Amino acid sequence: MKNRALAIPHIVWSAIFIVVPICFVLYFAFTNDEGAFTLEWVSQIAKYWSVFARSLKLAFYATVICLVIGYPMAYIISRCKWITQRTLVMLIMLPMWMNFLLRTYAWMTLLERNGIINNLLESLGLISEPLKMINTEGAVVIGMVYNFLPFMIIPLYNIMVKIDQSLIEAAQDLGCNMPRVFRRVLFPLSIPGIVNGITMVFVPAASTFVISQKLGGAKNMLIGDLIDTYFMGGEPNFHIGSMLSLVLMLIILICMAFMNTNQEEVML
Amino acid sequence: MKKIFSALFAAVLVLSFALITGCGKKYDATIIVYNWGGPYMSEGSNDTVDLNKLFEERYNVKVKYRTYDSNEAMYAKLKNGGANYDIIIPSDYMVARLIEEDLVEKLDFSNIPLFETNIMDSFKNPDYDPTNEYSVPYSWGTVGIIYNKTLVKDTVDSWSILWDKKYTDNVLMFNNSRDSFAVAQTLLGYSQNTTNKDEIKAAADKLSEQKPIVQGYYMDEIYDKMINGDAAIATYYAGDALVMMDENEDLAFAYPKEGTNRFADAFCIPKGSKNKKYAEMYINFMLEAENALANSEVTGYCTPNTAAFELLDDDVKNNKIMYPDDEYLKKCESYIHLPSDINTYVQELWINIKTED
Repeated sequence: MKNRALAIPHIVWSAIFIVVPICFVLYFAFTNDEGAFTLEWVSQIAKYWSVFARSLKLAFYATVICLVIGYPMAYIISRCKWITQRTLVMLIMLPMWMNFLLRTYAWMTLLERNGIINNLLESLGLISEPLKMINTEGAVVIGMVYNFLPFMIIPLYNIMVKIDQSLIEAAQDLGCNMPRVFRRVLFPLSIPGIVNGITMVFVPAASTFVISQKLGGAKNMLIGDLIDTYFMGGEPNFHIGSMLSLVLMLIILICMAFMNTNQEEVML
Repeated sequence: MKKIFSALFAAVLVLSFALITGCGKKYDATIIVYNWGGPYMSEGSNDTVDLNKLFEERYNVKVKYRTYDSNEAMYAKLKNGGANYDIIIPSDYMVARLIEEDLVEKLDFSNIPLFETNIMDSFKNPDYDPTNEYSVPYSWGTVGIIYNKTLVKDTVDSWSILWDKKYTDNVLMFNNSRDSFAVAQTLLGYSQNTTNKDEIKAAADKLSEQKPIVQGYYMDEIYDKMINGDAAIATYYAGDALVMMDENEDLAFAYPKEGTNRFADAFCIPKGSKNKKYAEMYINFMLEAENALANSEVTGYCTPNTAAFELLDDDVKNNKIMYPDDEYLKKCESYIHLPSDINTYVQELWINIKTED
């Protein structure tokens, strides 16, 4: 297999930028300042379980909303003419040409007390008092949905575009109504896309720290904020930071493994 | 973004400058200046006077200008012995840390005669360098309360207004432990540099008590939020407050009667400088009235230099926000470097405040 040689750049890249850093994380997580093995940090981070819970909860909400918005959108795009599909996919990707931080700042302007949304609603006479939107958990979830929605739509679209229209027509010819077509044909065939989309949204949402600082007012730390503080704060502690990262990776891994086994069951 | 851009810009500038003038000329010595990026000195960008070039011409000493963007980044470079710098301009607490860890040289003030005549008395022997053997102040500023007059009818003269339940969801605080703890500690009558764990715990409790009132913890974003009227009261820097008040005339600034933090950046010479004498001449050169004035105009911060101060426009000079009177300055404190166990304790408490429901 000569073609294997072509994989070398990627293998080298992964080794340097994925495997080595994970080794560092493992090393720091289980050693103290003297480099001796310790489990001290496991007990140290136990008190942050509520931070993990809050991060996973918000990431879960964001993922569900992305799926609810993204699934029909992906289906609609996949049934369009080829040229329309390309245009729509490009429009979905368009916001991602802009820097992530800028997009989040834009949401600050929208959600502020004297922001664009409140001003608009007030001038239309729909509200008399500004709505409290910024610096809430809702604002954080909105920021996650906005930033990560394309990661949901694109994998779903990639799968759905391969679903043959004749399968749907056949199901209809045989007497299936639309909900049934969805349940028996569309949904099972699109599961790989759903799993992919959920992974692509849930993982960055669970570990984000910029969104919670800019849209959440940094009032309730998420796990990403905590890791950020331990690495970049005034008095860094790489050990606790690494242990937190490791536990987050494990939780996400378990979630994904759970989803993949279920996917196989449904597919069968 | 702006920092990256200006860093790039500075790099291009330095590079092209080196290309044009680097060849041919023979200098007596070369000194390497390591300063904040920004620009944080009148060094020729944006049509400012290039003080480094003037220095080179007058003393025939080549100046290499390098920049950093945080005290911690600069510290790491020094600590790891990455390069031989001759001049650095760290902030107060970092000066204290460098002195403590024996990373800076004692200055020979006979080479810096302008220190005696040009530096204001209130800036001699500062908290971070009590005997004033290691540093020469470069710029300074203060923290205070910026508020919106349409939303705040009370007299603002105390940090306690940031705890007033009337302003629930209307208060913005700094999003870093040192600055937020300093507010609580000053309000409680403690030193901002306290190492008494009971006092630190009391300050943390005070901040916990405040959390339901706080709309959000931010840093630079406070600037836009206050201008747009998105919050009623916030902690912020006096120098910036003046610009903000120009942008939105409903804004006002007040100094709390309990005192506040006064921050300063100061020239130091790192250990191992090979051209200490030239570095001292450079510091002295920067203390000349015109040069200090030019630097103060570029940085936007206050100058600790009497001679430069005298050259300022009257409306700046008499501005009590920019330059509070000496009596008030006596109530201010600057940060010194705290022992690592205290820093860790403060960080733990800060995380607790930010993670509790």
